[in-house]
Amino acid sequence: MAKTFAIRKRGKSFLIFILAAFWLAFILFPYLWMFITSIKPSVELYTSPIRYLPSSPTFEGYRLLFDATEFPRYLLNSFIVTFSTIILSGSVAVCAAYAFSRFEFRGKNRLFPVFLISQMFPAILLVLSLFFIMKEIGVLNTPIALIIAHSTFALPFTIWLLTGFFNAIPRELDEAAAIDGANRWQIFRMILLPLSVPGLVASLTYVFIFSWNEFIYALTFTSDATARTLPVGLHSFMGEYIIRWDLLTAGGVLTALPVVFFFAIFQRYIVQGLTAGAVKG
Amino acid sequence: MTMVQSQKERYIPLFLLAPAILLMLLIVAYPVVQSIRLSFFDISLLMPARAKFVGFRNYVEMLHSETFYRALLNSIVWIIGCVSTQFVVGMLGALLLKCKFKGNGIIRGLTLIPWATSSVLVALMWTWMLDGNYGVINDLLKRVGIIDSYIPWLAQPNTALGGVMIANIWQGAPFFAVMLLAAMQNVSEELYEAAYIDGANSWKQFWYITIPSIMPTIIITTMLRLIWTANYMDLILVMTGGGPGYSSTTLPLLSYLTAYKRLRVGEASAIAVFQTVFLMVVLSFYLRLLQGQSKEE
Repeated sequence: MAKTFAIRKRGKSFLIFILAAFWLAFILFPYLWMFITSIKPSVELYTSPIRYLPSSPTFEGYRLLFDATEFPRYLLNSFIVTFSTIILSGSVAVCAAYAFSRFEFRGKNRLFPVFLISQMFPAILLVLSLFFIMKEIGVLNTPIALIIAHSTFALPFTIWLLTGFFNAIPRELDEAAAIDGANRWQIFRMILLPLSVPGLVASLTYVFIFSWNEFIYALTFTSDATARTLPVGLHSFMGEYIIRWDLLTAGGVLTALPVVFFFAIFQRYIVQGLTAGAVKG
Repeated sequence: MTMVQSQKERYIPLFLLAPAILLMLLIVAYPVVQSIRLSFFDISLLMPARAKFVGFRNYVEMLHSETFYRALLNSIVWIIGCVSTQFVVGMLGALLLKCKFKGNGIIRGLTLIPWATSSVLVALMWTWMLDGNYGVINDLLKRVGIIDSYIPWLAQPNTALGGVMIANIWQGAPFFAVMLLAAMQNVSEELYEAAYIDGANSWKQFWYITIPSIMPTIIITTMLRLIWTANYMDLILVMTGGGPGYSSTTLPLLSYLTAYKRLRVGEASAIAVFQTVFLMVVLSFYLRLLQGQSKEE
């Protein structure tokens, strides 16, 4: 009796192991395939039936990407846009979240849903007239257009995340500091900010991922290589280097790396922030 | 003890919120109003100064065009097909990750990576995998014996939208899995123990304890995915460009193509306004459906 139970249990854990391997393959295979393609010599890309592993791995695709294409330019543009967006969106969101967390004011409960509803509008509805607005103020085809747009569209979720993290810090700490004679600014700088570093990092990582990956605004607000970011650059490569999949996948690997890196470090906090709201209902 | 807000302090929140409100007004609210206004004009992308007021003509033309109905149908297939499959795959993933096994933590961490990957990158990876001549998916399917010859998934009208949907399901299912898993972990173990003592099997436990307990998360996550999927056109734009013909064009993409390929911004705005109203109808239908269900119970 005890023995069959043990066998059944082992059978069950074996089944789970197989299913977990399937799930992992489902998630990771596209990345793995992209990496393998990027280190294949170009002749081995187009064989039938296809070759699964390269006979002699090469980084030729990567070298060409930097030597013969606009890729370095796109990389630089992406860094400029993403880091400026982090600074702008981050500082605006920190102020707003501080207000939501520590102050009572009229319309407080109504303002926030309004922010979230803005997420419902299709990008295309906004793009059509934003295009003319950006053109009017003369920032079309510059990083500024993207920095403003990305900062705004990242705001609602960033404010939401940060407000949650600020709320988790007990108000009693603020009050104790106030009794000791600290003013609002000192309380914010010396208590709230240091205690919410994990939350701040998670929120800014979200902004990073959002801005680094954003495609539609980046596509419509840039017209040539001077301001294109990586997603737009990769898209244009797909038209230009249609038969150079080693080059394309090399670009893909390099575009994915920073996001995977930051995400791997901070994913625990992001998941915590993502799930907190929905789970509470 | 609570802090008393002085008269002067009453203006602090306004001051703190001003930048956020200003950006939202300028970059979201104003363009929405402006785009609605554009939908009543005949206006070219290249010469906006020559705009001409045409009343409802853009809407009338939209309703008389065949491609519009094609795009509407594609949108419905896209939304329902993607969200329902993502839900099922995500639920299976969540149930699996809830089990205790070695390496569980690492797999959970990796699960959300597709969600954090750029749409263009997802499109690039799947375009290559679905390639009609050298795609790994064709190769695998042929080896297993499911297909006899390679299929140009993205290049033929009857499989193009389906091919893009596969990429979108891959990208969206992990999000469902992570959300549902977090909700499942909040369900009290005691409920399951009590049910076990009463003789409920795993299936009954899932149906009568897990599902009702995580219902709020299911509702919210599905709604978020509905909104996101309905407006998401990146993958289609990069993988097929809406083609061949208009066979994989959805409403938002039709709006984009009308503005940036045919340069007709007025018509494009009318389609975008329709898409927004359409989405509101879908959401209210979804919420009505839920209300009806909760009354039944």
